[in-house]
Amino acid sequence: MEQNEIKQLAIVSGKGGTGKTTLAAAFAALAKNKVMVDCDVDAADLHLLLQPKILMQEKYFGGRSPHVDLDKCTQCGLCTEVCRFHAIDNGVVDPVSCEGCGFCRHICPEEAIVMEEAFSGDWFVSETPYGPFVHARLGIGEENSGKLVTVVRKKTVEIAKEKNLDLILIDGPPGIGCPVTASLTGVNLVLAITEPTLSGIHDLERILKLSDHFKIPSMVCVNKFDINLENTAQIASYCKKNGSRLIGQIPYEPKVVEALVQRKTVIDYPCNEVQGILLKMWQGIEMTLRGEA
Amino acid sequence: MIISIASGKGGTGKTTIAVNLALSLSKGTVQLIDCDVEEPNSHLFLSPTIHQVTSMGIPVPRIDESKCTYCGKCGKVCEYHAIAVILKNVLVFDELCHGCGACSYLCPEKAIFEVEREIGIVQEGSADGIPFVNGVLNIGEPMASPLIRKVKESIQKDKTVILDAPPGTACPVIETVKGSDFCVLVTEPTPFGLNDLELAVGMLEKLGISMGVVINKADVGDREVWDYCQSKNIPILMEIPMDRRIAESYSRGVPIVVEYPSYKQGFKGLFEKVEKLHESSRRNGAVK
Repeated sequence: MEQNEIKQLAIVSGKGGTGKTTLAAAFAALAKNKVMVDCDVDAADLHLLLQPKILMQEKYFGGRSPHVDLDKCTQCGLCTEVCRFHAIDNGVVDPVSCEGCGFCRHICPEEAIVMEEAFSGDWFVSETPYGPFVHARLGIGEENSGKLVTVVRKKTVEIAKEKNLDLILIDGPPGIGCPVTASLTGVNLVLAITEPTLSGIHDLERILKLSDHFKIPSMVCVNKFDINLENTAQIASYCKKNGSRLIGQIPYEPKVVEALVQRKTVIDYPCNEVQGILLKMWQGIEMTLRGEA
Repeated sequence: MIISIASGKGGTGKTTIAVNLALSLSKGTVQLIDCDVEEPNSHLFLSPTIHQVTSMGIPVPRIDESKCTYCGKCGKVCEYHAIAVILKNVLVFDELCHGCGACSYLCPEKAIFEVEREIGIVQEGSADGIPFVNGVLNIGEPMASPLIRKVKESIQKDKTVILDAPPGTACPVIETVKGSDFCVLVTEPTPFGLNDLELAVGMLEKLGISMGVVINKADVGDREVWDYCQSKNIPILMEIPMDRRIAESYSRGVPIVVEYPSYKQGFKGLFEKVEKLHESSRRNGAVK
């Protein structure tokens, strides 16, 4: 059978709490022939709405950290002197500050330090009523979330190929840093969801610049657009200037939160007005992904 | 006292709490530092006058080709694969480099020197008598933690320092809350809010930082956040109702206490509770 070209859509926002996961869950209910992945690995929420049944669980090793053989350590202090992260004091490692660079290991004259793989979380492949779903749980206080994002995305592509699916839906993390960068590389389209607040506008501009930086086409959705119509108009004109299509405007609607409290996607909860808007949005996105718009 | 304002979930109101708390305390006693360098927002509410802008860089390696023997030691010691020797070429991948300095120190020929590569800026100023600092990460720059460390160097220990943290529970958040005397976790009473609150609580427990919770939009959603806090014995410091007027003034970048000064009392109350909890945890710590 001929393999379809796999398209990847990343839902991001810059600012947190604008509705990425709500939107990703709604699209999970609307889209066909797809696999979902939650790339917000340090505060993952999409699993709360997709009712996953875990099929596979894997351990994630994010990097290496130093272990000191205190019997060999002579307290010479060289490790403390060279460590730029102030993470080791005469053989005692502060795991929170340590970035795993291994400088201490190389410099130790007694060879008292070894680097060991650090267990940094778990990731899962699940089956959901909406299709396959890859998600993760970064260990508490662990680093290298970007690397974990890369791991789950790689698995998602494998699943798409294996099951001949043509769409990957990415629920992205907030911000513009390392996990976001890892969520955006190689995607076909960025959908940025924002709200008509000064913070929302400020953060939207930064995430769109990041998307431009990677030369990825972008679209914008304004959530709770009726909270401030003036700001919504400002977002619309910014989008026009930036060449990002404003694909949808969702009103403030308490039923969206009600659906969430019932742990349901907005599509599976009685909320006709918003459903209609989401359906239209999804059709527009699908056409763009297929290259028809 | 250093108070960080954090939350697992984004958009729950960290900046709102940080800014309004700062504005509710006596002038001259408080400093506000925005540690969300990826998406800084506090300045939108305070419109500070910036006195000083400092470029922040991390050291990255450069090669003196006249000394390099292409032995490959640098590539072997770099845990981040940020430097590699391929035939008679040394490749440096700046975005992967953490600036640890191992390659330059360990180069047997002393052929590696370091240059500063800008990753963002630190802005210092003041807003209505409140000393203000934030950091702005350059677009496309993956590593936020070094810039957060730099921003925190401006902490004035004699003041009540309020740190506005980024969302989540990963490295940038840890970099922010590390060293705090108390952490206020802002959440909302929804399954997302609860799930991410639990993660944030786990993080603070691991770091050994005392905490309390502010429940924003307290009248939407369900009661599970309250049950959880009770079961974990985490004090609820403040509840803010869902108020469309607050949402609208937020959207215009106007702090609640500026638009509705009566809210000041609530934020003062929040601070007094934090002070008391900090004091009692310090006493308990001393007993231990």
